Amino acid sequence: MARVQIAFQDNDESRYIVSAIEEDNPDSTIHYEPALIRIENEGSLQINKATVEAHMGREWDVQSIHVNLVTLTGNIDEDDDYFKLAWGGQ
Amino acid sequence: MQAKKLNVKDKYRLLTRDLDWEFSYEDRKEAFPYEEFEGIKITDWDKWEDPFRLTMDAYWKYQAEKEKKLYAIYDAFAQNNGHLNVSDARYVNALKVFLTAVSPAEFASSNGFAWAGRHYGGAGARVAAQMQSIDELRHYQTQIHAMSHYNKYFDGFEEFPHMHDRVWYMSVVKSFFDDCRSSGPFEYIVAVSFAFEYVLTNLLFVPFMSGAAYNGDMATVTFGFSAQSDEARHMTLGLEIIKFLLEQHEDNVPIVQEWIDKWLWRGYRILAVVAMMMDYMLPQKFMSWKEAWELYFEDAGGALFKDLERYGIKMPDFTETIKNEKDHISHQAWRVFYSFGHAAAVHTGTPTAEELDWLSEKYPDTFDQYYRPRLEAAAELEAKGERFYTAGLPQLCQTCQIPMFFTNVDEGKPTEIVYRESTYNDERFHFCSNECKHIFDREPEKYVHAWLPVHQIFQGNCGGGGLDEVMEYYRMGLGEMNLDYKGSPDEKRWKKWKGVA
Amino acid sequence: MTLEIKTSNIKPIRNTYGHIARRFGDKPASRYQEATYDNAALVNFHYKPLWDPDHDLNDPRRTAIHMEDWYALKDPRQFYYGTYVQNRAQMQEKAEGNFSFFEKRDLAARLSEDVLSKCVRFLLPLRHVEQTANLNNMHCSASTNYCTALAQATKFEAMDRLGNAQYFSRVGLALDGNSGSTLNEAKEFWMTDSAWQGVRALCEKTLTVKDWYETFLAQNLVFDSLLNDLYYRQMDAWLSANGGQDLLILLDFMSSRLTDSQRWVDSVVKLTAAESDGNKELVQSWISAWRISAQQALEPLASAMLGEEALADAFSALETRLGKIGLGG
Repeated sequence: MARVQIAFQDNDESRYIVSAIEEDNPDSTIHYEPALIRIENEGSLQINKATVEAHMGREWDVQSIHVNLVTLTGNIDEDDDYFKLAWGGQ
Repeated sequence: MQAKKLNVKDKYRLLTRDLDWEFSYEDRKEAFPYEEFEGIKITDWDKWEDPFRLTMDAYWKYQAEKEKKLYAIYDAFAQNNGHLNVSDARYVNALKVFLTAVSPAEFASSNGFAWAGRHYGGAGARVAAQMQSIDELRHYQTQIHAMSHYNKYFDGFEEFPHMHDRVWYMSVVKSFFDDCRSSGPFEYIVAVSFAFEYVLTNLLFVPFMSGAAYNGDMATVTFGFSAQSDEARHMTLGLEIIKFLLEQHEDNVPIVQEWIDKWLWRGYRILAVVAMMMDYMLPQKFMSWKEAWELYFEDAGGALFKDLERYGIKMPDFTETIKNEKDHISHQAWRVFYSFGHAAAVHTGTPTAEELDWLSEKYPDTFDQYYRPRLEAAAELEAKGERFYTAGLPQLCQTCQIPMFFTNVDEGKPTEIVYRESTYNDERFHFCSNECKHIFDREPEKYVHAWLPVHQIFQGNCGGGGLDEVMEYYRMGLGEMNLDYKGSPDEKRWKKWKGVA
Repeated sequence: MTLEIKTSNIKPIRNTYGHIARRFGDKPASRYQEATYDNAALVNFHYKPLWDPDHDLNDPRRTAIHMEDWYALKDPRQFYYGTYVQNRAQMQEKAEGNFSFFEKRDLAARLSEDVLSKCVRFLLPLRHVEQTANLNNMHCSASTNYCTALAQATKFEAMDRLGNAQYFSRVGLALDGNSGSTLNEAKEFWMTDSAWQGVRALCEKTLTVKDWYETFLAQNLVFDSLLNDLYYRQMDAWLSANGGQDLLILLDFMSSRLTDSQRWVDSVVKLTAAESDGNKELVQSWISAWRISAQQALEPLASAMLGEEALADAFSALETRLGKIGLGG
């Protein structure tokens, strides 16, 4: 199956997002690279606003992902409450 | 009033798509004249899916945040003489390649997307293209600003726009963007958004940015990460446009396939310079070109083309050739730059013993057999005070404009140069590969106009017949930007700053 | 902070890029200068545009206006990408606060039927006019790719106008509780209301203009001057006098933005006309022609919206502006 991937700049804000991703996508793999955190998963990966907010302790706009995002692979599905990557109609 | 609340998708539609209307007073084709000449059929622009629903207010907000952070780093870098922290001054030559060859292409891309952003019939696609246009302006200007500090301390940055319009290796990139900008709106976006920004982007960006990270270049690393989040939006546009075109009408499929074939090839050819940069221009290396290609294309590209199979799109035939070339092109490209280093705005040289060993390790099938001996021979000449520069000029491929150093790797003959040719209107044209020849043969009337730097020198359009005159035309000077790193003003200054002999 | 380096050796070897030094002298340059001047491709293009083979890819001949140095038409605001987005982000933050406040306090409920219906009929359809301005300025940006100073300023204007269009749309959503019904109504007015057809026809017409400088004048000078006076002065006053003042906070972004935008437009046109008699004649003839078109187009809208005197008042404002630029008479 094809892997989806998302990578963030390694900074304070991103680390909260990453820990939220870890919680909601337990099978995903997290790679720590120079200045970068890269997360891979088979098939799909979902970031949930509620989980990020719980980890961060404050309100978080899904669109603010743009500030720390480095790259991604997969088809995007975006809404007020979540951000999802998936391959082939998943 | 408690009316039902719109979801994000519908709200975004009202803020973009719905701004458009059916014309009554003018023929809409007068306002949008370029949609049909490529033969692409759009039956319903409404099927366009906006991947990132970024409204202008959010755009300003998040981009401003990024700019604040980025320029704070630039200021700190300048204030703290950050250029002194790079691994070695040789590294800076990679940046010179970037600013002179790549940065002006960002502006060209900005221009292309401005045009597309005016001319698509569908508002969703227009808005996406317009945002990319302004993003590319961002990249151009943030690169100029990042390099501004380096420009003050090293040679080779100061004439980037002038050189981009004239110099031999820079025309490779300029011709790529001239090519797609001179095409219609759909070919343009397949070329840039899909082929370049989606399929190949990691092979341009990651090498330069990782190279920067490994070599202590804080300014460029920061620029790279800051720009990458824009690139995520660009990548998704690339994927969206491909799917949209393929889903709109089955007649689009063969047209799009041809564009994919053409533009992946042209994009791949540009990457020869990146390959060379990774393997030969980074004192601290992080990955070989071969490894990067395997990771970012062979692995990642596979998943993409699997996804596109359902539309009837297939992986281009030349992927075998590219696979075969990956063991060779960086070495061959460096050979050319080394040989023509007297006419290049970067310093070249032979690798150190450690670097030679690294190359042997990374290229076990080819380096020691074909390339190490030549580099060692060059180093011997250097040691004797006979560092050579080739007196003639290289033959350029009519299509990709790269010196014709590519060899017959497909048939296991890596020491045999590939020569292809076509005759058109009684004139003979030369190509580095079947693919470049095919691109020409599809549209010869377009490609005959190319301003090939070497041809132009011979025709007397570049200042004159001697190196001095050409270098003046290039604004390259003599003995500053060019020639070997050893003995260069860059090297002298670096040693002085570092307090070494 | 002390550096452990022989500081006497760390001197820059040059102050700025070559082309910047040639233009401004051998001294440190501003970020606006380095980002903007003399860095667009000018020569040696490889292929003719398939879609316009009579011109080069970057070509000053896409307008009949002639400038010795196109960079003379610099942006007095000195906006390059970074300063532009940061400026607009500050305005956006205020606007966001305004929209929040309006919603939180349910200020929509306090508006009379009269004000509401006036809004839907006359204010909200402006989102389509702003859409037109976005496209017209993109046309200018694409066409001025040989001069970064113009390509970027017109691009910023284009994106500003898209922002305006989206804010006007959000005004509608603020009024209809996010159902979108007001926007549907507004679109219906845009398409069929006799008050709007002249304006819609004018918008469609501007989108067919080829010479980008003509587009620039028609949109950013003639049309916008008239609309700005009708809306941000006259309609503004009407709203204040008729219980619609709460709405004004939702229009604050659009009206505040005008100050710097007009400053830029005025500067560009003034310098263009001052360059040569040929330019001045051309600029004046375009302005004359588009004034007539604008008059015909706006008459039904202005009278329906504000009464018989409204358009004449707006034209006074245009005259004043033209006078300041040196194009009066």
